[in-house]
Amino acid sequence: MSGVQTPGRPSLTTPPKQAVGLWRTVGALLRKELLVELRTLESVPGMSLFALTTFVVFHFALNRDSVEGDLAAGILWVTLLFAAILGVNRLFVADADQGGYDAFLLAPVDRSAMFLAKTLTLLAFLVVLELVAVPAFALLLLGPPLGPALPGLLATLALGDVGIAVIGTLVAALAVQTRARDLLGPLLALPLFVPIVIGGARAVSPLLVQAHTGGVVEPPIRWLLTLGLYDLVFGLIAYALFDFLLED
Amino acid sequence: MLGALLAESPALPLHTAGKYVAGAYIVLFALVLIYVAIMAIRLGRIERDLGELLSMSEGSPEAPPAEAQAGRQDSERESTLAYPMKGHP
Amino acid sequence: MQSPSRHPAGSSDTKHRPSGAVGTYGRGLRTLSLSTVIAIALALGLVFFYAPLEAEQGFLQKIFYVHVPLAIVALCGFVLGGLLAIQHLRTRDPRWDMRSYVVIHMSLIFAIGTLITGSIWAKGSWGHWWVWSEPTLVSFLIIFLLYATYQPLRFAIEDPERQARYASVFAITAGAFVPLNYIAVNLSTAYLHPRVFTSTSNLPGSMAFTLLVSMVAMALLFATLCKYELTAKHTRAQLRALRRRLAGDGVSPPARSRSAVPSLSHVAAPPAQAAGRSAL
Repeated sequence: MSGVQTPGRPSLTTPPKQAVGLWRTVGALLRKELLVELRTLESVPGMSLFALTTFVVFHFALNRDSVEGDLAAGILWVTLLFAAILGVNRLFVADADQGGYDAFLLAPVDRSAMFLAKTLTLLAFLVVLELVAVPAFALLLLGPPLGPALPGLLATLALGDVGIAVIGTLVAALAVQTRARDLLGPLLALPLFVPIVIGGARAVSPLLVQAHTGGVVEPPIRWLLTLGLYDLVFGLIAYALFDFLLED
Repeated sequence: MLGALLAESPALPLHTAGKYVAGAYIVLFALVLIYVAIMAIRLGRIERDLGELLSMSEGSPEAPPAEAQAGRQDSERESTLAYPMKGHP
Repeated sequence: MQSPSRHPAGSSDTKHRPSGAVGTYGRGLRTLSLSTVIAIALALGLVFFYAPLEAEQGFLQKIFYVHVPLAIVALCGFVLGGLLAIQHLRTRDPRWDMRSYVVIHMSLIFAIGTLITGSIWAKGSWGHWWVWSEPTLVSFLIIFLLYATYQPLRFAIEDPERQARYASVFAITAGAFVPLNYIAVNLSTAYLHPRVFTSTSNLPGSMAFTLLVSMVAMALLFATLCKYELTAKHTRAQLRALRRRLAGDGVSPPARSRSAVPSLSHVAAPPAQAAGRSAL
């Protein structure tokens, strides 16, 4: 994608006047992304399989049959994080390699639609990943029962997923145009994910503890607030900056 | 005065604490000195380049006269630009 | 060319240059350097002859006056790098990108200094070269790991305009990340270990004053080093342009090898009336 512009073509840097509403565009893009994923199945099965394999590796690495508390929360979040990075790596590859950007840039649509669509796509991938990984985790490694922890766990995972999706999309767009995209993506993303891990793991670890007499346990609110705040700030920043990555 | 103060300090004795404090300040000093050294290398390179350019300008007869080297910028605008800026005013 | 007499580094003789000269990066460098020297000398004097010994750490606490200013200046530097990048994205002037690049590089060096001095302090206080209970150290480790990718990111993008643009996006994101990360790490360590060693509340007045002077000195040092860096880069860009012109206009410029450093070779000269102002 060099800066070559053929004369007579509308400039790729100035956005065309908007003819289609934002959410309609997002819907169209999202439908395309999900269709492509359904047909090619290149991200989600890989991510899920990776998560399962990682649980097995953890079993051997830690030499434990069951884990609880901090250890359980840590294993779950680390696995989800690295599986997410697999998805992040692939997020923009098709667009960059096959020229999907150009058509989008020429269309009379709001450019932020690309950001929203990709973020929602990644979010969808993460949700499907967790539908596989969390039961597998409960089956393979988790000591305490999952039931009482489930609502709190789901709330935390939801907030964490939004953060991972937002940051993952931004980093994916940054990395895809570089020469070492598979390496730079994770390197950029992991430090940015650290606060999500902090909030997520600290919120989940008191839930995954054996000594519950029943009933639903609530995650500590302060960590959920931290996650929410982080998501909000980075959501706004990524939304504002994404357009600058698309120009050419 | 300082000796009396130090004699009364309760924590790490001076000869062990002193090493760490000295180490920390030396780190800062070293970082600055490394930067000075890097700058010195660059300055040497700049001086060498300038010498070359000077001899180039005196040597080649069709080179522009000496006062053009003072860095006047109006002709710099027209010189071959390595990366034309798009949309730059 | 000017007379072959030696100029002290950074002095600006804009009076002798024709109008439209662009030696404006180096202007004020001498004043800045002198102020830095004075401030550092003053700070060192205060640290070792004025500030009282702390009750529980004794002489070891003196590291505080180099570690904390390094940390604060580095943090502010990273945020400043983000702000400069915002300016670059708004104006598309590559000089803002150059400033952002230099500031981020310098902050990274100061961050490494923070980690090393913090580690020395940890060794002296706890006996270990690394402690997870010290939130400044931990958050700086994360920040270091993030900004260490800045240079490889730049190097991996060949087109210079895109390189500058993507680097600016990164700088803004990372600049926003710095305070959030600090807060998050503080929350996590406070949850587990109460902070003891770097509490800056309850500082007696003399210590607070010494710390303030040290911070001013460190900030001046940062500014001086950045200015040196910018002047050096600008000078090299001018030399390259001069070399191109002397080689003859018919000669196409040599293909530039891949570089992570922003290039100023295509900067339009600042207008003549601005030659008197410092470009920094």
